[in-house]
Amino acid sequence: MNWTEFFSMGGYAFYVWGSYLIALLLLGGEVLALRQRKKSLAARVNNSGPGQSEQS
Amino acid sequence: MKINWYKYASPANFYRVAGKLVLVFGVPAAILFMLGLYVGFFVAPTDFQQGDAYRIIFIHVPAAWMGMMLYILMATYAGIGWAFNARLASMMATAISPTGAMFTFLSLATGSLWGKPTWGTWWVWDARMTSTLILLFLYIGFISLQASIDDPRRADRAGAVLALVGVINVPIIYFSVQWWNTLHQGATIRLLNKPTMAPPMLAAMFIMLGACWLYSVAVVLLRLRCIILEREHEAGRPILMNTKGVQLSRVELT
Repeated sequence: MNWTEFFSMGGYAFYVWGSYLIALLLLGGEVLALRQRKKSLAARVNNSGPGQSEQS
Repeated sequence: MKINWYKYASPANFYRVAGKLVLVFGVPAAILFMLGLYVGFFVAPTDFQQGDAYRIIFIHVPAAWMGMMLYILMATYAGIGWAFNARLASMMATAISPTGAMFTFLSLATGSLWGKPTWGTWWVWDARMTSTLILLFLYIGFISLQASIDDPRRADRAGAVLALVGVINVPIIYFSVQWWNTLHQGATIRLLNKPTMAPPMLAAMFIMLGACWLYSVAVVLLRLRCIILEREHEAGRPILMNTKGVQLSRVELT
């Protein structure tokens, strides 16, 4: 198979790859954002020892 | 073996279970995404009318379906949480909403990228697209309404009202291509009719749909864990975790 032909997507490369790039950014971004959220949350929860709620 | 299911209705217990389930769903999701893309790009033939532009369908249609199905799921959980005063169900609704909004946005964005080369326009105000945009606004409305109310249970109830009223929009999206004369094409997959697509195209689409479902379950559970942790902590019922932030136990606490 010809890779140049494959990546050109019959002239629709921008639209096809653009769609999948957006999908990758959104899905990947969601996972990364959640990991970050959990990380900062874990630090916060662990620092305010057991039984005591945080001062807000 | 007898399992006490009520045990898992407690956020603290569910937290532990959810942690194990994230990988159970996340890993198969990644495998199915790769398989779906392989079938979609290397097995499915080029469309005789649209050329290769049609390959956007493998992400566009699953994203659109997820947007609608996650909304129904979110409204169901919100309704259960409201009717039965079940905290965990309400938290589930909150956990679903950003993922539903993300998929709805993805369906609009990929639809736009598909519309430009095939219809000659990025956007038209036809019934299908307008009702999908309303779905996105409903998600955003749900999220911002909940964020604007400090008391979590009041936020849950307010969100439930909005989510349940908005459910009416889902059948409108689904039947919009039949009820109105839209630029958007009609359904390719119908329950009782034979699909009008080549089998490999259909297969790729359903594999991608399966991947999106598994992905959604994994991500929603991940978010649900954060929500449980935040809420229980702020309510003075902290769930203790080890230093890595992974393991937790209520027993360690008391």
